[in-house]
Amino acid sequence: MKMPQTDLIIHDEKDNVAVVVIDKTSKNQECIGWIMENDKTIKIKSNSEIPLGHKIALKDFKSGDTILKYGHDIGKVVAPIKKGDHVHVHNVKTKKW
Amino acid sequence: MSITKTFMGYKRENGRVGIRNHVIILPVDDISNACAEAIGNNIKGTVAIPHSYGRLQFGKDLELFFRTIIGTGKNPNVAAVIVVGIEPKWTKKVVEEIAKTGKPVEGFSIEGLGDIATTMKASKKAQEFVQWASEKQRVECPLSDLWISVKCGESDTTSGLASNPAVGNLMDKLEPYGVHLCFGETSEITGAEMVCTARGKDEKAKKKFLDTWNNYNNFILENKTNDLSESQPTAGNIKGGLTTIEEKAFGNLQKIGKKVKYVDVLEPAEEPKNGKGLYFMDTSSAAAECVTLQAAAGFTVHLFPTGQGNVVGNPIEPVVKLTANPKTALTMSEHIDLDVSKILKREMNLNQAGDALIDITVKTANGRITCAEALGHKEFVITKLYRSA
Repeated sequence: MKMPQTDLIIHDEKDNVAVVVIDKTSKNQECIGWIMENDKTIKIKSNSEIPLGHKIALKDFKSGDTILKYGHDIGKVVAPIKKGDHVHVHNVKTKKW
Repeated sequence: MSITKTFMGYKRENGRVGIRNHVIILPVDDISNACAEAIGNNIKGTVAIPHSYGRLQFGKDLELFFRTIIGTGKNPNVAAVIVVGIEPKWTKKVVEEIAKTGKPVEGFSIEGLGDIATTMKASKKAQEFVQWASEKQRVECPLSDLWISVKCGESDTTSGLASNPAVGNLMDKLEPYGVHLCFGETSEITGAEMVCTARGKDEKAKKKFLDTWNNYNNFILENKTNDLSESQPTAGNIKGGLTTIEEKAFGNLQKIGKKVKYVDVLEPAEEPKNGKGLYFMDTSSAAAECVTLQAAAGFTVHLFPTGQGNVVGNPIEPVVKLTANPKTALTMSEHIDLDVSKILKREMNLNQAGDALIDITVKTANGRITCAEALGHKEFVITKLYRSA
């Protein structure tokens, strides 16, 4: 079966971020995301260029919110994030250490 | 794919099976490196393993040092050992422990003789060992004779998406065959420690893991000067898209698959004694330190998923590298034994990636030279617990 182009991969249905798996997304690109756990497909617009391996927000976040990946807590939001924004060290920090 | 049930290995005197047939020149201490390397240069087909320690260590740090050096000599990938130390006492101790495996081992001490005379004497014995070892033939062995260790490095989000789960898929498939398996990297479980605890086979294993993790975490909390950004995750991890230690930890844990439970928790370089199955070892997450400890515990083949492109190898335990990062597979192809980047395009699934990894692992066990071996990577790094006296 020919699979549709996959721009993003989401590990778990509960996740609120996805990982870019193409060289990079472009601003305003309508990205196709594959949820590995249940094989569903979602669409989301990228607000900026996001490189391979980096994360994109699947919803709006405010400071103090929790990022979920692999279905688990991977850190706290430290600056407001819009759906489609690049999620990384500038807006998310560890809850450990 | 049906899994091949056997591989061709070197049966050792104590019943263990090696996948390499090394004759090593093992210095007991840092100042014996020059002599060990001279012997290694003299006698082709031997490998000298220089390192930085072995003087004025004490207590638990000294115990770990001996466990690492002696374990390296005992590893079944090693056919015979020349031990070289400055003083006779510790040299003799290392020789006597390695000799318990039944393999040929002989020690030489430099004090009162000098490097040149020691090199001459030891070279004669090394030549004898290497010619003896070269007569050994590989024989067919069951998969249960394989001891596989794993550790990832220069990880990025593709590690958690695909290359680490490919290793996990291999573990789920090979564990029923009675293979010994080992994972470690205590600090990199941080954030996923409760999920990892739950993977223990019984309450004893679970408690032992959590105690080990708590000890390590307390050590980090006592010594840290910041939130460990650029150490955990590393700058390379961050460039690859990993944001926090928790994210790295959940990606890391993909390596133990979905079903396998660990049967016991090992001290660094401790040999597993509870039979087949998966073991957690308390190790640093630094690549060379971790692989060195796993090799010293007797593991014979190492699987190393990488994202941004770690290049580590080991002098006695072949390191098989895989990546799911298409850029790394392209730009660092000489380091990558298996490319599973097609998973990201949905052109390969984890089941196929696991099968491909089993295939390359068995080929490596049969004698295929890994990228790290071809490129001469022989990183041997002793874990040091604290300052010497």
